Amino acid sequence: MTATLRPAGASAPAGRRRARRRPPAVLAVPATLAAALALLPLGYLAVRALENGPGYAWDVLAAERTVELLARSLGLTATVVTLCLLLGVSLAWLTVRTALPAPRLWTVLATLPLAVPSYVAAFAWVSALPGLAGFTGATLALTLACFPYVYLPTAAALRRVDPAQEEAARSLGLGAWRVFARITLPQLRPAAAGGGLLVALYVLSDFGAVSIMRYETFTRAIHTSYRASFDRTPAAVLSCLLVVLTVLLVVGENRSRGRAGHARTGSGTARPPLRLGLGRWTAPALAWCTAVAAAAVAFPLATLGYWIAVGNSATWEPGRLWDAVQNTVTVAGLGALATVLLALPVGVIAARYRGRTARLLEQAAYAGHALPGITVALALVFFSVRYAYPLYQQLPLLVVAYVVLFLPLAVSATRSAVLQAPPVLEDAARSLGRRPLQVLREVTVPLAAPGVAAGAALTFVVIMKELPATLLLRPTGMDTLATRLWAETTVSAYAAAAPYAAALILVAAVPAYLLGRHRS
Amino acid sequence: MTDLHISELRKSYDGTPVLDGLDLDVPSGRLVAVLGPSGCGKTTMLRIIAGFLHADAGRVELGGRTVVGPGVHVAPERRGVGIVAQEGALFPHLSVARNVAFGLTGLSRAERAARTAEMLELVGLAGHGERMPHELSGGQQQRVALARALAPRPALVLLDEPFNALDSALRAGVRADVRDALHATGATAVLVTHDQQEALSTADLVAVVRNGRVAQSGTPEEVYRSPVDSWVAAFVGDAVVLPATVAEGRARTCVGTVPVAGGGKGPGSVLLRPEQLRLVDPEAAAVSGVVRDICFYGHDSVVSLDLEGAPGPVEVRHPGPVVVRPGELAGVEVVGEGLLREADRAEDALA
Repeated sequence: MTATLRPAGASAPAGRRRARRRPPAVLAVPATLAAALALLPLGYLAVRALENGPGYAWDVLAAERTVELLARSLGLTATVVTLCLLLGVSLAWLTVRTALPAPRLWTVLATLPLAVPSYVAAFAWVSALPGLAGFTGATLALTLACFPYVYLPTAAALRRVDPAQEEAARSLGLGAWRVFARITLPQLRPAAAGGGLLVALYVLSDFGAVSIMRYETFTRAIHTSYRASFDRTPAAVLSCLLVVLTVLLVVGENRSRGRAGHARTGSGTARPPLRLGLGRWTAPALAWCTAVAAAAVAFPLATLGYWIAVGNSATWEPGRLWDAVQNTVTVAGLGALATVLLALPVGVIAARYRGRTARLLEQAAYAGHALPGITVALALVFFSVRYAYPLYQQLPLLVVAYVVLFLPLAVSATRSAVLQAPPVLEDAARSLGRRPLQVLREVTVPLAAPGVAAGAALTFVVIMKELPATLLLRPTGMDTLATRLWAETTVSAYAAAAPYAAALILVAAVPAYLLGRHRS
Repeated sequence: MTDLHISELRKSYDGTPVLDGLDLDVPSGRLVAVLGPSGCGKTTMLRIIAGFLHADAGRVELGGRTVVGPGVHVAPERRGVGIVAQEGALFPHLSVARNVAFGLTGLSRAERAARTAEMLELVGLAGHGERMPHELSGGQQQRVALARALAPRPALVLLDEPFNALDSALRAGVRADVRDALHATGATAVLVTHDQQEALSTADLVAVVRNGRVAQSGTPEEVYRSPVDSWVAAFVGDAVVLPATVAEGRARTCVGTVPVAGGGKGPGSVLLRPEQLRLVDPEAAAVSGVVRDICFYGHDSVVSLDLEGAPGPVEVRHPGPVVVRPGELAGVEVVGEGLLREADRAEDALA
């Protein structure tokens, strides 16, 4: 999940007065299409859940198994979020505010887990220590994959804290620890909470890691229920419930974002933060950082290395790997292209227009942010089986699923790219004799193009890693890197799975690198 | 070049009037400063002249051609109005030369290059054409923005608080350069600013705007020496307002008797500029007071005095060294004429 890339509710630099209210049809029509597409799965799931009457839907909701699933999902989420907060905040503080040796190295190591998709982490752990399967393993894999979502914003917030405030507190008689607790920590809360909510969203939506760890949560139960039964209502009802949970999280996350924006202080460059000497705590601090880096980065890589080393000609099938690579590149290319094309009008509207229409279109496009991949996939399966059977398990439907899921990512990239060309530049071009379309060609597009291209590249990479929707919607017989890894792991063919895992880490390293650069 | 004529210009946002029947005339080849506090509507006026905003009512004529009027709204690109924005708004993806050449269409390549070089020469940046905007200082960027606006020989140049982003050490120099460049090309120009020193020192004419209309316009000298009311007086400079009794062209005040222009009789108030007051030896002076505070500015000092009969401390701008100390007695005398104001206006000017 790369949702953190969405700019923090940044408003256009142009004054309120300058923004135009109503977008022209050439933008509004395709943007409306994109928004409708993004909302389709949500609407159709609700329709499908209620199809056999609200009474039946209620029976599924109130069933003991559902309550149990809810408890398991929420329990896993709470545990992972707590552990991520512990890891993320402690590492952020150690790397930014203490005299820990080699802070840059630890910063990079704390960001690297973003390059290990959670299902790859799960594969690494379960293949080395099969006894971990279940709650422990799911917690471990998800925590180690997700804590950078807390680490990155918290470290950024720590860098922003004005050292003058802390000095003032020291001069008023507070010791170093009390300054941290009373001045620094409260300023970190919005950033850490926002990160925690992102982690919660990731855990609730995660399908791969919990499936590989054989821990029954909503996503896995939805998949099982869909595969095992002809009655699709339970799967639809569970999906709706899951979406309600994730929507609540997204709303919460947006609120925390808004507050975090206000917490920022004055302009101007603050002095670099003071670093606290660790003294005799240096060794324990180093041990803690080493342990986290070992578990999150070194261990998965070592396990992969091991499985690749023990693999033989029976498990190592270059032909199949090459096929999977080609398929992955094809679906990701088509998906990214469609997503970015549909994101363009929405992003331009979001950057340049105000008013109700513009806001509605942008918010609708962000729906996918709250929709777990498995629910989108299921909704599209139901929809196509009933209304568009020729599309069922065909490439176009898979592309639609990618559009719904990753429209938020592409829209936010487009929006910030368009903001690279502030309206005042367009005004200047008009005053120098250019007509609106010429302005678009000569000023707006050249300035926005690199950002849009980067957004497209990111979308491409994120689609390559996508598992649940690809699993359900891919054309029969077509495998991607993610689905091959999943298939081999579920039958415990770890040596055969390893090359796919390695290829995926290489792929995932790209957005991790971009994200790290973006944050620093 | 061309003159600008604005009449009865109106614009509201969500029912709140921002321009409330604004009139303004700019003779050809002159630089007019539109001076007003933030929110007075001066930027809205500028954007309507440029064509980025539609007016609700009123008329804008440029060299006799109506560009804004009933049923008329000429597109920005057809107005021939150059604009210099607050922070220059140079195109970040184009070199300095290509920025300057941006508005030069319909010329041969050689003509374009020649005009670009000429413009860069004019703003003192010859040889900087191959630089990118981010490689220039803030002052240089502003001068490139001016060169870009002037290059297509616009009928009118609009300057939207162009010196705001510059630090004060640089500002005076860039201001003078911009004025010289504008005069050299004979361009008609409107400079929008909230800085009275900038308006008075840079412009040929000053229009003071308040609540969406022009409160007063005239030469910098007229606006400063003969403000139409106490609000304008206080906005264009420091003012000392003293209660007075007027008879036969003279006002009796606590700093002595001051000649005033115009008639008037009975109680009122008189407006003086701090530099019209002089510190003198208290032994020889008719009026004296106790020094309360001295602010030293280098080129002069502002001394505040407690005078008998004055509603508050009276400020005196004294050139050269000040020999008195706080708590000591100092004499005061008035140089030149005072300006007569009715009593109620005097109250809010002091506030």
